[in-house]
Amino acid sequence: MDYSQFLHIRSEISLIAVIMSLLLFDLLAGARMRKYFQPLACLLMLLQIGINLTPGRSAYLFGGMYVHTPMMTAVKNILTVGTLITFLQANTWLKREDTVFKQGEFYVLTLSTLLGMYFMISAGNFMLFFIGLETASVPMACLVAFDKYRHHSAEAGAKYILTAMFSSGLLLYGLSLIYGSTGTLYFEDLPDKITGSPLQIMAFAFFFAGMAFKISLVPFHLWTADVYQGAPTQVTGYLSVVSKGSAVFALMTVLIKVFAPMISQWQHTIYWIVIATITIANLFALRQQNLKRFLAFSSISQAGYLMLGVIGGSAAGMTALVYYVLVYMAANLAAFGVISIIEQKSGKIETADYNGLYRTNPRLAFILTLALFSLAGIPPFAGFFSKFFIFMAAFQSGFHVLVFIALINTVISLYYYLLIVKAMYINPNETPIAPFKSDGYTLISLVLCTGGIVAIGIVSAIYQSIHALGYGL
Amino acid sequence: MNFLSLYVLIPLLMLGALWACRNTRQIRGVMAAGSSALLILSIALVFLYIAGRRAGNTDSMLFTADTVWYAPLNIHYSTGVDGISVAMLLLSSVIVFTGTFASWKMSYQTKEYFLWYSLLSMGVFGFFISTDLFAMFMFYEIALIPMYLLIGIWGSGRKEYSAMKLTLMLMGGSAFLLSGILGIYFGSGATTMNILEIAGLHNIPFDQQCIWFPVTFIGFGVLGALFPFHTWSPDGHASAPTAVSMLHAGVLMKLGGYGCFRIAMYLMPEAAGQLSWIFLILTGISVIYGAFSACVQTDLKYINAYSSVSHCGLVLFALLMMNATAATGAVLQMLSHGLMTALFFALIGMIYGRTHTRDIRELGGLMKIMPFLSVCYVIAGLANLGLPGLSGFVAEMTIFTGSFQHADPFHRTLTIIAAASIVITAVYILRLVGKILYGDPVNPQHLKLTDATWEERLSVICLITAVAGLGLAPWWISRMIGESVLPVISQMIP
Repeated sequence: MDYSQFLHIRSEISLIAVIMSLLLFDLLAGARMRKYFQPLACLLMLLQIGINLTPGRSAYLFGGMYVHTPMMTAVKNILTVGTLITFLQANTWLKREDTVFKQGEFYVLTLSTLLGMYFMISAGNFMLFFIGLETASVPMACLVAFDKYRHHSAEAGAKYILTAMFSSGLLLYGLSLIYGSTGTLYFEDLPDKITGSPLQIMAFAFFFAGMAFKISLVPFHLWTADVYQGAPTQVTGYLSVVSKGSAVFALMTVLIKVFAPMISQWQHTIYWIVIATITIANLFALRQQNLKRFLAFSSISQAGYLMLGVIGGSAAGMTALVYYVLVYMAANLAAFGVISIIEQKSGKIETADYNGLYRTNPRLAFILTLALFSLAGIPPFAGFFSKFFIFMAAFQSGFHVLVFIALINTVISLYYYLLIVKAMYINPNETPIAPFKSDGYTLISLVLCTGGIVAIGIVSAIYQSIHALGYGL
Repeated sequence: MNFLSLYVLIPLLMLGALWACRNTRQIRGVMAAGSSALLILSIALVFLYIAGRRAGNTDSMLFTADTVWYAPLNIHYSTGVDGISVAMLLLSSVIVFTGTFASWKMSYQTKEYFLWYSLLSMGVFGFFISTDLFAMFMFYEIALIPMYLLIGIWGSGRKEYSAMKLTLMLMGGSAFLLSGILGIYFGSGATTMNILEIAGLHNIPFDQQCIWFPVTFIGFGVLGALFPFHTWSPDGHASAPTAVSMLHAGVLMKLGGYGCFRIAMYLMPEAAGQLSWIFLILTGISVIYGAFSACVQTDLKYINAYSSVSHCGLVLFALLMMNATAATGAVLQMLSHGLMTALFFALIGMIYGRTHTRDIRELGGLMKIMPFLSVCYVIAGLANLGLPGLSGFVAEMTIFTGSFQHADPFHRTLTIIAAASIVITAVYILRLVGKILYGDPVNPQHLKLTDATWEERLSVICLITAVAGLGLAPWWISRMIGESVLPVISQMIP
């Protein structure tokens, strides 16, 4: 056996090392040491990013079970940064009396889902893909139900685990049909055997439906709003960014690698799914009063935009997709960071509570404004660039009408993002949220996100380094 | 990057400096210094540009510079100016400068107000110096979004409704525009985003032009108040605070005309020739409809806003006539309308600040109460209805002369109909002036009001000088513009 193969999976190995050390720390650390849990976790995450910064080269490992391409390192790093920011934001929440004794579980569970996503992304075989997917979703259900004594959280956990299992079941059925019709699960061997026969189309439909549940595309999105609302806010942020981003990327790699012969079928499917997702999510977002539900629908529509990068199956699309995930992460986590700190400090989460926020907490209001502008795609913030590039990629692949519909939808989305901005700046309020000081970790995370929102677009180096790694059909 | 990038850099520095300001004095200092620097830069640019042309430089754009931004997507940050953009930059800096002084007394959240104001001006300046489709579109959108907060927070009347309507309609326009830009980019072979290079390639297939020309034209047309997409403009202008109305009517609506000319017509001349009749009819409706609507309004700002719809319609109308004279007239009209509308809105803002009403039925005899403002109002009105010696005459005369050069009945009929708008303009302007300035004061409370302060006088005199200067000595600027429209016009099929 060639042990140098293990070098290529160093991101997974180092992540397992991080998980194990946090687990041991949780077991062994005394009461006085436990307050260093958060810094330790963040430090280890930084280390994890540092170790895996170099993309390496493409490789097929363990008989084709595990595939590595440089782009995957980039995606994994983006996901890790997202996790790090989530950890930073979790500080205030985890210091609460009812959560402080189980903070170790939060870190270990979150990192386990991250590990699952790593494997899902790098899978070269549907078996490993499925294991990764499950590793990513089962601990997620625990995270969603983390505040188990809060009714909403427990309910959301139950909803999540039921839908996740159901969608996994669908996906698994799809995989079994693929195995039945081709006799293999290796990505490398599959394209030659995929012909687009009715059985394989059915297999694709089940597989796609399973993934669409994870990405929360319409019409498979019904769990999203309830789960996002019920889950602890940090978990919601993590779910909406890291979990979604990894699933979209994994879907794209599978579509390119495995289902390439069926391109006309899956393009057609995605075409209508994108239109439905963006339009319906936007229309529902218009009427939401709870900010977490609101961001849930906003993130469904963002998932629709992400699929615009997938639909062409081109290198430009993949680059735009990864870049979009990065930008979306910065903006969405900034929004969740602000919402969660306000929720922790004042317990308020309705849109109406945000009336007059700018007068009492101008900095938080400003950061939330930047985040919403970036989500809406307003220049000079990064969201404008990522939207432009993803539209460009879809346009290049010939989807002119689809791009136009998506563009019209950005106007609708701008309307509801502006409603929040309006609440903060314009609407009068007798009793606005009282001024408060945020803790240092949240501030660091918000500064990181704001820096990302402002700089990722204007500094083109980031896009170009992703572009150098992109590949397509 | 060359000195043109100062147009983006100065507003950026202003943003930074405003951020650090502690009190109103400092904010005013920063704004005065920054907007004066921009004005001086524009005046210097005019001289440099004319000197460059005198020296025999015949490139279609001068002072071009190019910095690669997103290499894989052919996105560059490239700048360059021709006579039209120089004129527009001059107009913008005059209005930013006077707008600063018109909002000198802004007291509610002063810092934020000027922050958004500076961001807005950055977008406007960036748009006029760019020659790259992406950069132009980016600056265009940068100029749109501060509008929402400026109107929504500091506006008056139904400000939230108007701000949202304006933002969404303009963003809807930019959705069209973005499709158009992508269509142009991929239609021309996806090798460059530079306007000059795309025009040089001249290779967009005709059938694609026929799709992307209307899309792009409508995209910019929304901002240029093209009928039936003009409805954001009266509400938006009426609700906006003074300086924002000035900047919006004076400059932002010109972005529409400029973009139609520079992108839609320059890059897709064949489709422009083929499809111009549709848009000629629409702009003709804008001209007449705007003027008639202005006649029946009772709010000072609404009168002016509809008058803007009419005059901006004339800009697009003249551009679509596609000959050098009419196009020169169109650019002159952009300048002239920008200056005199800014003057109007500044004066209305000052009158409103004193009387707290804009309803013409509650105003009267202002000439006795505030003679300086009233005289200026008369001058603005006369410029608006095209009195010789002021800017409106020069522009409209050139437009109608150019339009009438077409011998076919379609163009001639439209020209005659559009020319009728001058008469209608005279009707509403004279009625307005007679009603609010002359006669006896309607409200005895108004007798106690005072005339303009120094900073108001500065801003008004500045604008009147420009209006009169353009009217009395139009040749230097019309020659500059006339040379620059030729490369575009020469591609057109009339």
